[in-house]
Amino acid sequence: MSIHSGSEGATTIRRRSWRDVDLRAVAPFAALALLIVIGALVNPNFISITNLANVATRSAFIAIIAVGATFVISAGDLDLSVGSMVAFVASLMILFMNSGVIADPALMLAAAMGLTVVIGSLCGLANGLITTVGRIEPFIATLGTMGIYRGLTTWLSQGGAITLRSAEQQALYRPAYFGSVLGLPVPILVILIVTAIAAFILYRTRYGRHVTAVGSSRDVARYSGIAVNRVRTVAFIIQGLCVAIAVLLYVPRLGSTSATTGILWELQAITAVVVGGTALKGGAGRVWGTICGAFILELVGNIMLLSNFISEYLIGAIQGSIIIIAMLVQRSLTRRA
Amino acid sequence: MTTTGEGAQTPVLSAERVSKSFGEVQVLFSVDFDVMPGEVHALVGENGAGKSTLVKILSGFESPSSGRLLLDGEPVSLPANGDAEALGIILIHQEFNLAEHLTVAESLFLGREVTRFGILDRRFMRAETRRILDMLGSHVDEDALIGTLAVADKQMVEIAKAISREARVIFMDEPTAVLSREETDILFDQVRKLRAAGTSFVFVTHKLNEVMELSDRVTVLRDGQWIKTAPTSLLDSDSIAQLMVGRELSSLYPAKQEPDVDEDVVLSVRGLSTSYVKDVSFELRKGEVLGFSGLIGSGRTEIMEAITGLRPRLAGDVLVHGAPLAPEDFREAVRRGLAYMTKDRKGRGLLLDEGMTPNLTLQSLERHVRFGYLDPAREREAMARAKRRFDIRVRDDRVRVGRMSGGNQQKLMLAKVMETGPKIIIIDEPTRGIDVGTKQQIYHFIAALAREGCSVIVVSSEMPEVIGLCTRVAVMREGHLVGMLEGDDINEQTIMRYAAGLKRQAAV
Repeated sequence: MSIHSGSEGATTIRRRSWRDVDLRAVAPFAALALLIVIGALVNPNFISITNLANVATRSAFIAIIAVGATFVISAGDLDLSVGSMVAFVASLMILFMNSGVIADPALMLAAAMGLTVVIGSLCGLANGLITTVGRIEPFIATLGTMGIYRGLTTWLSQGGAITLRSAEQQALYRPAYFGSVLGLPVPILVILIVTAIAAFILYRTRYGRHVTAVGSSRDVARYSGIAVNRVRTVAFIIQGLCVAIAVLLYVPRLGSTSATTGILWELQAITAVVVGGTALKGGAGRVWGTICGAFILELVGNIMLLSNFISEYLIGAIQGSIIIIAMLVQRSLTRRA
Repeated sequence: MTTTGEGAQTPVLSAERVSKSFGEVQVLFSVDFDVMPGEVHALVGENGAGKSTLVKILSGFESPSSGRLLLDGEPVSLPANGDAEALGIILIHQEFNLAEHLTVAESLFLGREVTRFGILDRRFMRAETRRILDMLGSHVDEDALIGTLAVADKQMVEIAKAISREARVIFMDEPTAVLSREETDILFDQVRKLRAAGTSFVFVTHKLNEVMELSDRVTVLRDGQWIKTAPTSLLDSDSIAQLMVGRELSSLYPAKQEPDVDEDVVLSVRGLSTSYVKDVSFELRKGEVLGFSGLIGSGRTEIMEAITGLRPRLAGDVLVHGAPLAPEDFREAVRRGLAYMTKDRKGRGLLLDEGMTPNLTLQSLERHVRFGYLDPAREREAMARAKRRFDIRVRDDRVRVGRMSGGNQQKLMLAKVMETGPKIIIIDEPTRGIDVGTKQQIYHFIAALAREGCSVIVVSSEMPEVIGLCTRVAVMREGHLVGMLEGDDINEQTIMRYAAGLKRQAAV
């Protein structure tokens, strides 16, 4: 009894050295550092604070959406509808602001922002209920809502664009994307706040632990008295909330949406999550890794733009390669561990 | 005769001074082992004794760090990854290697399909499958999908697969763990038939009565060392158990303590039915250990899951301390002090990819929440307490649960369930696939719980366990509660007669 000499024991010993440095957690950050070095070699302008801050700012939409996707994927689900959801929620927000129901511009803006958060959450709730109560594979369920949200946007805009009409409101809202606090651009600040809250929820609360358990094994979660469907639905709502936050930054940037807003963003968000080290099969979620993944995607585009050897039209192909390489690296690290 | 004179007959397969290390840790120390033609050789030892490693080496799934293997007396190095099957050496895994979406016939010929002019010869393969299954006395349909089969039938398919490959040596790792007594008998008959035809078996098990019943020779391993090889006829269960643990097993079962007849009824089940279980009623008193016996598939797990709300009820009431419990609300049941420990510790009990602490506290996280967030210090304290109380032993506290031995996993699962502070504990198969030493600890733990005033229901397929632990035993058969035994009626013969349908109590 006292001595468990067996293969279990053996692997324990071997694992110890690997566990002290969890390669899977470190890998995305190492890749990010490597990219920055490459970028600096390609073009000296790359390393400037202005350029890097620009890159981070532009990654904000995908990064914030991907934080939500980290919850959904950790719980063992998938949400393909986020790109369409951005277009839909943003359209509704602009239409509401154009409606002029509230005279005071500041009050109007506050109400519009509140409405956006509510609509985003409802869109997420719809995805969650269709998946859990309707017992439809998340892939199919959100493929459906992806079409629905996109179609509704096209209908609302009658195939064209929806533009914020009031110049006064535009001026009022503009700093939400272009402004900065203590020298830090607002979008970067928002990324940091959203990620910090998300990390706290995922790692330090009961709900976060339940997400991990549900993603690792639905059966174990059920036999441990966890309300599996509620946990999954809430993850979809968090995703919707993150989409709404991304919309709050998106609308002041262009002041307009169209039927093509947010196309393929769902793929970029999933790529960011996977590159960040979260397992697509559920279980281990890595929020900070996700942010890192989103930066990597944006950095690659930036480096291509600043360099002359690769055409920037190839960016989609490069991003596609990144996700495949990330998966291969993740798997080889798992094997060694 | 089993004790064939040394050298008179060459072993089919033997290991000479085989050692094996994983990294810095040595798990086998110069072990000798041989398999004679046409014998059943039992390999026993506690969890972690090195049985599985030795079996993997002998079947080519691992290679020895030193020492050599001989096939028919000639040194051989076995091909890796199961390719040794071509040499007639076949390992039937504890967890089956069957694809759920294939039919029985397709599974049997997987990877060596018979073709005619390049087209699958299905008719031949189905006929051959039928022939082998008939030979085994199995009624499994050759066209049935593996996914639809009962566990016992899957085991039969695995054995049929081994036979169809003209095996010379078949390694069976805990083959009866999931089989009922009847199915075990059928399996043993087949083993005896094949043995008479010259096939050799290596039989890894924890069940010593089966060792006595079936094997010709026994080899005992302890802590990676060879301890003894002897003809079974020269040993008995007690002496084997002693060789395995290396110390006297004082008493496997603690003293029973019957609750007073006027003790409170803590759980009462009235007319409970599910889609399979029909009209089950019983009561459980404070401080009682009630056993649930019956064949596999008799509905024991189903009734327990219906009671705790993990499964829908069609009819009937469950009263906890006199107050009714809503159906299909497991969380409410847990809040009311009812706990259920599953028999499927890998699939339903533990998160294998996580560490010990997240598993321990998963069901009781609200106890570790402070101002809305989880307090790691409190979780660590709980883990330290559980390790002491349940004697969980690991080399590294950060080990993934999937890497722990079965016994430690079982103790961790028990600790997890006990974290909810239950008053009524339903334990489904408390000791499946764990070693004698750990079994004894778990038995004593159950008895201690009862003494402290908890009530325990033990669901078990191992009759000695139910007999040794429980003051009352309920017997289930095909979804019905057919007998409630007390006192001297609690013995193997009586339980078996109820379980097999030879006897039935009128009013239970």
